[in-house]
Amino acid sequence: MAGIGPGQFHKPAAPDSAALCCPAGALAGSTAGDHGTDPAAVIPATASDPDAFIRETGPDPETGGQCFALDLAVENIDCAACIPHIEHALKPIPGVIQARVNLSTRRLALIWRGERSLGKTLTTRLAMLGYRAVPYSPERLREIEGRKDRDLLRAMAVSGFAAANVMLISVAVWSGAVSDMGPATRDFLHWISALIALPAVAFAGMPFYRGAYEGLKAGRMTMDLPISLAVILAAGMSLFETASGGEHAYFDASVTLLFFLNIGRYLDRRARENARSAATQMMLLGAVAAQVEEEDGTLRALPARDLKPGMIVHVAAGERVPADGVLISGETLFDTSMIDGETLPKKAGRGERIYAGTMNTGIPARIRIDAAGEDTLLAEIVRLIEKAEQGRTRYVRLAERAAGYYAPAVHILAALCFGAWLMMDAGWQVALLNAIAVLIVTCPCALGLAVPAVQVVASGGLMRAGILLKASDALERIAIADTIVFDKTGTLTLGQPQLRPGPYAPEDLALAAALARESRHPLSRAIAAAAAHMELRLPHLHDIEERPGYGIRGRNDAGQEIRLGNARWCGVEESGDTPETDEDEQAGMAQIWLTRGGNAPVRFVLDDLPRADAAQTIARLKQMGYRLAILSGDRESAVARLARTLGIDDYRADQRPADKAAYLEELARNGHKVLMVGDGLNDGPALAGAFVSLSPAGGTDIARAAADAVFSGPSLQPVITIIETAKRARRLILQNFALSIAYNFIAVPLAFAGLVTPLIAAIAMSGSSLAVTLNAMRLKLFFHNRGRTAGGSSREKAFTAEKAAT
Amino acid sequence: MTGLLYLIPAALFLGLLGLGAFLWSVRSGQYDDLDGAAWRILFDDDEDKPQE
Repeated sequence: MAGIGPGQFHKPAAPDSAALCCPAGALAGSTAGDHGTDPAAVIPATASDPDAFIRETGPDPETGGQCFALDLAVENIDCAACIPHIEHALKPIPGVIQARVNLSTRRLALIWRGERSLGKTLTTRLAMLGYRAVPYSPERLREIEGRKDRDLLRAMAVSGFAAANVMLISVAVWSGAVSDMGPATRDFLHWISALIALPAVAFAGMPFYRGAYEGLKAGRMTMDLPISLAVILAAGMSLFETASGGEHAYFDASVTLLFFLNIGRYLDRRARENARSAATQMMLLGAVAAQVEEEDGTLRALPARDLKPGMIVHVAAGERVPADGVLISGETLFDTSMIDGETLPKKAGRGERIYAGTMNTGIPARIRIDAAGEDTLLAEIVRLIEKAEQGRTRYVRLAERAAGYYAPAVHILAALCFGAWLMMDAGWQVALLNAIAVLIVTCPCALGLAVPAVQVVASGGLMRAGILLKASDALERIAIADTIVFDKTGTLTLGQPQLRPGPYAPEDLALAAALARESRHPLSRAIAAAAAHMELRLPHLHDIEERPGYGIRGRNDAGQEIRLGNARWCGVEESGDTPETDEDEQAGMAQIWLTRGGNAPVRFVLDDLPRADAAQTIARLKQMGYRLAILSGDRESAVARLARTLGIDDYRADQRPADKAAYLEELARNGHKVLMVGDGLNDGPALAGAFVSLSPAGGTDIARAAADAVFSGPSLQPVITIIETAKRARRLILQNFALSIAYNFIAVPLAFAGLVTPLIAAIAMSGSSLAVTLNAMRLKLFFHNRGRTAGGSSREKAFTAEKAAT
Repeated sequence: MTGLLYLIPAALFLGLLGLGAFLWSVRSGQYDDLDGAAWRILFDDDEDKPQE
């Protein structure tokens, strides 16, 4: 369902070719030739003017001239090969001081000296490389993203430092206990430990104290609460012990605990951050720049969120429309795939309504705005998706569910311990000491690591297989899904027209491709790609011109006119030309014609083919015991045909977005947990409403934003990969919980009996954390074995190919 | 035991040195892109290639 939508480059030139994950990957793909001459790589992107987002950063230390900075969110940075691809192209431009790609966040930071207008040059160059970049303001982004990773890293470092040093001193104390260390030396060492540990506990514990406080405010007992209590009580009691010259101080336990938990927290955060569709968010934030025409006819760049109805904006070819409005210039083409999932661009004439988010693929257009910001159709659709997301029965993560039982149980145990020792007339100090020992020893150190460690290994392995996890609990939900619902176009099929092998001669295809490579129309691109795939030599043509919505024409060296386009353009009778036309039409195909001088017209038939391994994948999923269904907005006949080919009995055609969502709701009511795989905007509400959802990287921005995970490449195999990984990860997480519980069964009675000295607490806690982490690492073995059987990952392939090309 | 009076401050000083270095590397953005950093070493971006 996606056309020149976002992620165009995620699509292969031919179904059996290597995955093109991004412009750099396209360069490396086996079907693509020399960049710039390869027709399949003709770039539809043009840069918007970033002027409104350029910041002055003060004078340049070398020349004293003004420096400028610009931050861009790049839509299609998807693999490591993009880093040199972008940086090597931008850095040599005179004046550029810094061009740095951030692969994790898919952002590009530019700094240059001299002219402000160089910004436009840089974004244009980036667009020529095939990257669609959206300028954003870092301040505004920070407002939304909240606190950064850096805070957690700092907490981790400080607790790590404290843990190492306190442990060093503790070892001396422990060995002193069995040899001849005097009480004075011991107290001295305790005081030093306190000096190191107390500031560390105050600083590095902040993330947990805050979490616990917010949880309590919302009336929930989170895992943060027992953690905070244990850490603070342990530190407080140790200080009391130290001050009163006592034997046991738990400073080491409290800081080590914080260190392990901070590691877990940081890993968790990274898994969660894992890239979202930055560009869509920016679009919605109104961060896109718009060219506004002033009354005197001059142009001024404005952030889209400052647009008002009545303004006139200019939209260059390849730019996205910043707000809803009416076209007031001549006829041009708009790629509306972001809004309606339509594969082919639509013609729009003067006076027609144009929607924000669509891309102008024809000639420059002027649009009079009538709705901006929150009033646009795009914003409306996003609200629909958000509503569906809220409606989704909130899945409670395994760790949270565990915490729900764990936290109260721990506190009750500690209270019982305190009461029991009091009743035995042991004095309140001893009772408190033992109660705190229970809290420390049961502290969910292993639980805090159990889930994030598995998560990080899983998402790392999946990323290498071309799958991006967006929701941090996606794996947990995928593991327990029992029904899989597929969209048709773009999901089971490639969603992009492919040239069907036909009765045409190779020379005709070469001729058609020579014209087609000058055009950005998806059908032209399909023809050009097919010619490139067959490695045809393209004849030289001149006087080439394109008429949007009709076709292209040019002349060969003999002066003959060559035309490529729809039937009318080529002067072919539209109906009754060949007997099978009707049938082809029904199957949802497109046709293009080629005429040369007075020769008989040649017909090219284009078809949306199923993904090469679709049938195989479906068969495997059936074998795994899933209930499968197709849910498509397409016509009955086309859906039925595909369902028959793939062997899926349950299909529904002619589904509107609301129908899809309703069908999923019905399944959910019957107790099914649905995994929805879809790519179109019309799948948005269904994706958001499903129990868990996947979207191919070639899907619309909206679909990718609504899905829990995104997979790239021309194959459907990732669906199986992600399911298998999810099941395995769930098994490991449950095993880890079992390990933690087993550990507690031994540790709690010991603490209850007052036998847990600081040494035992330290050994027990480190031991259980280590066991849990090592168990999580076993998932790595799974990926390793998988990788050996499945061959190198796509990312590695793209990278080696890039190396070969340079 | 007087050895401790030198050794503990020495250990703490070295530890703080390491902590300071780490905090500096965090501040200077070296942990902002962990995915990209792993790949950068593999790209030929140096101009002075060996003579052929």
